[in-house]
Amino acid sequence: MAKKQLVRVKVNGRDREVEVEPRLLLIHFIREILQLTGSHIGCDTSHCGACTVLLNGKTVKSCTMFAVQADGGEIMTVEGLMKDGQLHPLQEGFKEEHGLQCGFCTPGMLMSSYALLQHNAKPSEEDVRWGISGNLCRCTGYQNIVRAVRFAANKMATAEKKPEMAEVAK
Amino acid sequence: MIHKTSPEVGGMGHPLRRKEDSRFIQGKGNYVDDVHLPGMVYGQMVRSPYAHARLKTVNTEKAKKLPGVLAIITGEDLAKANLAWMPTLSHDKQMVLATGKVLFQSQEVAFVIAEDRYTAADAAELVEVEYEELPVLVDPQKAMDPGAPVLREDREQKNNHIFHWEVGNRKATDDVFQKAPVKASVNAFFQRCHPAPLETCGCVADFNKATGKLTVYMTSQAPHAHRTVFALVGGIPEQNIRVISPDIGGGFGNKVPVYPGYVCAIVASLTLGVPVKWIETRSENLQSTGFARDYHMTAEIAADRDGKMQALRVKTLADHGAFNAAAQPTKFPAGLFSICTGSYDYPQAFCEVDGVYTNKAPGGIAYRCSFRVTEAAYLIERVVDVLALELKMDPAELRRKNFIPPDRFPYESSLGWTYDSGNYEAAMKLALDKIGYAELRKEQAEKRKKGELMGIGISSFTEIVGAGPAHTFDILGIKMFDSCEIRIHPTGKAITRMGTKSQGQGHETTYAQIVAQELGIPANDVTVEEGDTDTAPYGLGTYASRSTPTSGAATAIAARKIRDKAKKIAAYMLECSENDLEWEPGKFYVKGAPSKAKTIQEIAFAAYTNMPPGMEPGLEAVDYYDPPNLTFPFGTYACVVDIDKGTGEVKVRRFVAVDDCGNIINPMIVEGQIHGGLTEGLAIAFMQQIDYDESGNVQGGSFQDYLLPTAVETPHWETDKTCTPSPHHPFGAKGVGESPNVGSPAAFVNAVVDALSHLGVKHIDMPIAPWKVWNILKEKGVIS
Repeated sequence: MAKKQLVRVKVNGRDREVEVEPRLLLIHFIREILQLTGSHIGCDTSHCGACTVLLNGKTVKSCTMFAVQADGGEIMTVEGLMKDGQLHPLQEGFKEEHGLQCGFCTPGMLMSSYALLQHNAKPSEEDVRWGISGNLCRCTGYQNIVRAVRFAANKMATAEKKPEMAEVAK
Repeated sequence: MIHKTSPEVGGMGHPLRRKEDSRFIQGKGNYVDDVHLPGMVYGQMVRSPYAHARLKTVNTEKAKKLPGVLAIITGEDLAKANLAWMPTLSHDKQMVLATGKVLFQSQEVAFVIAEDRYTAADAAELVEVEYEELPVLVDPQKAMDPGAPVLREDREQKNNHIFHWEVGNRKATDDVFQKAPVKASVNAFFQRCHPAPLETCGCVADFNKATGKLTVYMTSQAPHAHRTVFALVGGIPEQNIRVISPDIGGGFGNKVPVYPGYVCAIVASLTLGVPVKWIETRSENLQSTGFARDYHMTAEIAADRDGKMQALRVKTLADHGAFNAAAQPTKFPAGLFSICTGSYDYPQAFCEVDGVYTNKAPGGIAYRCSFRVTEAAYLIERVVDVLALELKMDPAELRRKNFIPPDRFPYESSLGWTYDSGNYEAAMKLALDKIGYAELRKEQAEKRKKGELMGIGISSFTEIVGAGPAHTFDILGIKMFDSCEIRIHPTGKAITRMGTKSQGQGHETTYAQIVAQELGIPANDVTVEEGDTDTAPYGLGTYASRSTPTSGAATAIAARKIRDKAKKIAAYMLECSENDLEWEPGKFYVKGAPSKAKTIQEIAFAAYTNMPPGMEPGLEAVDYYDPPNLTFPFGTYACVVDIDKGTGEVKVRRFVAVDDCGNIINPMIVEGQIHGGLTEGLAIAFMQQIDYDESGNVQGGSFQDYLLPTAVETPHWETDKTCTPSPHHPFGAKGVGESPNVGSPAAFVNAVVDALSHLGVKHIDMPIAPWKVWNILKEKGVIS
């Protein structure tokens, strides 16, 4: 066994420091060491995207990286989406638009959608389809996932507009 | 007519948002790989690289020396406990770990148990296995040759033939063919596919030496049946086995059989006395667990010159791989394949199937289909189009001419099924109107003049689901009923438990809606629990679209039993006769005096606090429902494709799906099921195949080359419905989850063939990859 190495990361806003084997995959680090089991493993060739998390703001397939490669970084997983006990608009969208069935791909889908909305606040159907094209779903046929993401985009746009509207009202 | 409850109650017909979603969207689902028990260790399979080889030696010495390795189990070890083989669901047996020889690539040879996943994987690499290669059989036709090597030396029968099964009148059918003025035929290969749910199979076996109790958390679509199998095979008293099927990340039939990994994990836990986790990799899942289809089919239709069908003749060679591990009702070696007469009225029909062994992974499971119905629906919908070409008749017109008319239901098919209800022409008309069929034909004619390739495909399928009546259907002798238990709490809330098990179908919501419909208790006040054999009533599980036809029916009947008791309590409370009471969902009231009423919540409280003298306290009921017949959902799918001549790529321009699944519990969930099934149908038609080379090396053994559609390849689906309730189901439902996967492959293929039919193309085997189309275009001189 190779010498363990220290990994320091911030996960969903919380600092974590763990010594791990250099070969430990990031997904196993997240699921088994940090016990955040929302992110899943659906394949062994990095095709399915069930393990998608954000590393320093960008989506990564955490089955395709070692935990030590994330050292010093900031990780966000599905468990970090809720803020102050409130569901993220994407989470609401997935429930409202029936964007999930078995739920296994959902955490990865949510993270890819989150990243998409970060740089494209008003995605078209086509944009969403490309935005989630690194994530496989076997249940939904994607159509309601597309609706769910656009539901969230609309909701987030409305939420941003509200203060302006309040200004106008004054 | 179903009484419509208020949205607050959320009975049948309401698009209630799913109760189960709250945990999944927060990453708080509990799938089997999320189960983490104190002291848990990990199992890893050692698998054969060869498709057929003599097993000379299995040397575990080096592996055992690796720090962290706890034990290694081989076939010889299991043989000592008489566990080297296990029974399949189809009168056959299967090796748990190989002894003597291996029969397919990736077959299970040894099971390594170590303290962590990584060590287990390292140790598996260190297990030294010496093989002596044997001649490999991958072609089922060659497997039938008299001189073919005999794969299964364990059987008395010294050839590779598993079964011959036939149904219908061979002679009468042959006679019709001899005289028929028009004949059409197709040889269609339904390729080997794998359901590939996004979660692979796995388990955590936890044997507690102190209590003698074995708990198995496993990806099981049929937890009760699996418990009984473990009891019968393993000799563990059944009350000491608890199977818990936690959240399941998709099943589609893949999680019906018992796999060697489960057995090895159980043996390891029994031996070591600690919890043992075994989780497949994706490659292991695709290469070794239940595949589907692999049917080499021929269908012929005899017809009049005006297109009236007279007889159907079907001959099929079924490749079951190394062991007949097909998961289907025991009396049906080819499942319900004899539904192959489809939506048409055939005076005569004959169907025969031969099953053979080859050096491929074992199986023959029902992949999102009711036991070979997908093969049957694809075949009939394909050959009807070939007949239309033969007759130069419009395929929609030909179908219309031969549909079983609505006034003939219940309809006895010439292959022995009694169809419960149907209105095929109405569904087809709606689909064709919606897609603009007549205009599309005009557009196609214009495009052909310009050399552009466009096709329209129709599939008017009939399904057969909801197995099934106990007189006909059993699995290893256990009748295929299913169950529901409802308990009403004193405050009027409820818990219900079923013998089925959701894998994403939304049972926690839909069953609650049935209770809401029948009792008027809001669906949000009803907890639905499944998958724990210690608490749920016995049932055969979820597959073959059977949950709504069986457990759904049981839920309604159990609720009605509760209502009967509630009526007695209400009469006591209102000081009237039961005969004076009327019911509307949620309350009993006195006829003519609606203000004199007792709500179900008030009655529930009284059942525990103020029951009539002499009445047993409490308010609960259980029902084991044996359906009187199967249900027969149907529909018409219409598809438009455009073909890129330069690349051979097929683009699905539009797809209209009209489904008829009888009365609907939750329209949102039904629509979601249809989207998903259509996408799997698309995958089968254009992408998915598990193939083997001549040496038996699996092709399509990982997501690298077993292609699943992403959101980009998947078109926008258009759905609609007609409603023809099942006359025998308690609330007229039929089941829907599999219809889109059963009905759609033929629609896609018919559309592609239609685009090329003027070039003389009558059939293309799936998956229709661009290179196949490109080769055809080259061969026909369309491109140079």
